[in-house]
Amino acid sequence: MAWQRSRPRLDNDNRAFWTGGADGKLNITRCNDCGGFIHPPREICRHCQSENVAPFAVAGTGSVDTYTVNHQAWAKDMDVPFVIARVKLDDAPGVYLTTNIVNCPVDAVDVDDRVQVVFEEQDGIWYPLFEKVQ
Amino acid sequence: MSNEAYITGIGMSEVGVRLTRSPLLLTVDAVKEAIADAGLTLDQIDGVATYPGKMASFLGFSPVSSDDLIEVLGLETRWHIGAAETTAQLGAIAEAANAVKAGLARHVICFRTVYEAAALARPEEFPPMERRKDVSGNSQWVSPFGAFSAANWTAQFAMRHMKRYGLTREQLAQVALNDHANAAINPRALVKKPLTMDDYMSARLISTPFCLYDCDRFTDASTVVIVSAGDAIDEVKTTPIRIAATAGSVERYSWDQAEWAGAYPTGRDLWKNTDYQPKDVDTVQLYDGFAFQPITWLEGLGFCGIGEGGLFLEGGKRIARDGALPMNTGGGQLGWGRLHGFGFAFEAVVQLRGEGGARQIGGDPRVAIATSGGGPMAAALLLTKD
Repeated sequence: MAWQRSRPRLDNDNRAFWTGGADGKLNITRCNDCGGFIHPPREICRHCQSENVAPFAVAGTGSVDTYTVNHQAWAKDMDVPFVIARVKLDDAPGVYLTTNIVNCPVDAVDVDDRVQVVFEEQDGIWYPLFEKVQ
Repeated sequence: MSNEAYITGIGMSEVGVRLTRSPLLLTVDAVKEAIADAGLTLDQIDGVATYPGKMASFLGFSPVSSDDLIEVLGLETRWHIGAAETTAQLGAIAEAANAVKAGLARHVICFRTVYEAAALARPEEFPPMERRKDVSGNSQWVSPFGAFSAANWTAQFAMRHMKRYGLTREQLAQVALNDHANAAINPRALVKKPLTMDDYMSARLISTPFCLYDCDRFTDASTVVIVSAGDAIDEVKTTPIRIAATAGSVERYSWDQAEWAGAYPTGRDLWKNTDYQPKDVDTVQLYDGFAFQPITWLEGLGFCGIGEGGLFLEGGKRIARDGALPMNTGGGQLGWGRLHGFGFAFEAVVQLRGEGGARQIGGDPRVAIATSGGGPMAAALLLTKD
């Protein structure tokens, strides 16, 4: 998509997620005590309330939990149609990412499709998009 | 009777698109109608509740505060609230019910004012929510991927239902067809004529599986419900409608982390708070900002099994005004307009009082459900004519 993506305001909780792509990493905050994942990222574990949490680079693979083909241009510069999907990460139980499935026709996406992360950088933000695993 | 709460008055402003009358005056219009309906005067009002409270960052979505209303009506209140951080839209009415049961107030104005169509036309007065720069909170996890609208978020739940349980577009269409048929005979509704399956199937797509008719449209309106204490209902002239039970929940505040719609836990919990059962219900007014949401409510409330919502809707007869479970008899949000939750409580009261006119269902209805909320947040009211 050519459009200018919405730019998240970076803070201590979300910086690792939105900039990890610079190092090729998909960072999801994880609890070092119970091993649970916390997304959206917070400074405390939502499973055991430990404050011993830190970004953890997951494999970046997953599957399409569900999706929609968006046909409505919500902004003037938005090219449609495109696929919005909810991806279930392989190695971060309970975490879903809203994302785009790119590099394939919009009608080629289905639930349970295997996908892997591919980053798109705009203005210092590394957006984690996904593409189908061939 | 004192430890009960009743809806004793209902009112609504003009319902339109790009109205020029201010949202505060629309709210006062709705209040005046509700007060007259109940046979009360303003000096008997001692409470105000609204959802979600005035939102400076998104003024069209909620342009009027409880404080604004207290000020311009010259009310002497003992209790008021305006809060987004609650179960869902109808949570404001549940909170008012709790307040009157606790003796904190006797007659509470509950209101929801929306001004999204006018705001879109007059952005200099009503700035839109920022979705492009410095997005934070929930918005940062969806807007960067073009998922600006709840249509996108809800469409994904609908798509999952299709893939997992076999929901079809023809089944989904019954929500819009039913809403349009009912709105066409509701003089206050935005929609003036019925919709055909051909109209539906040929409509442009918004976010699959949703087409234009699956999504409510921005509306300018105010809806008011007056909640009164059990020991104050001899002061009103209407047939009091009892708030027999309430329930509400949030699954995960982040829409995209929720496994289920909030309708499921809330639907289950509503029956824990009452001796009534689903078979006792005469009509349901189920939140339908998007056509998929009533399916989650029908399943969550136990009118059918999980995954069976599509079959329940098939052919549309079951939910029609003369069907086994008349649904959204005023037109819902797809037909009446995006009244944002309060329209469902309003219409439930209309039907229980038998004041529906051309759209009145038969059989002297005594038990109704009104719900609000899509995605992870949900609130439900069980309303009865005792």
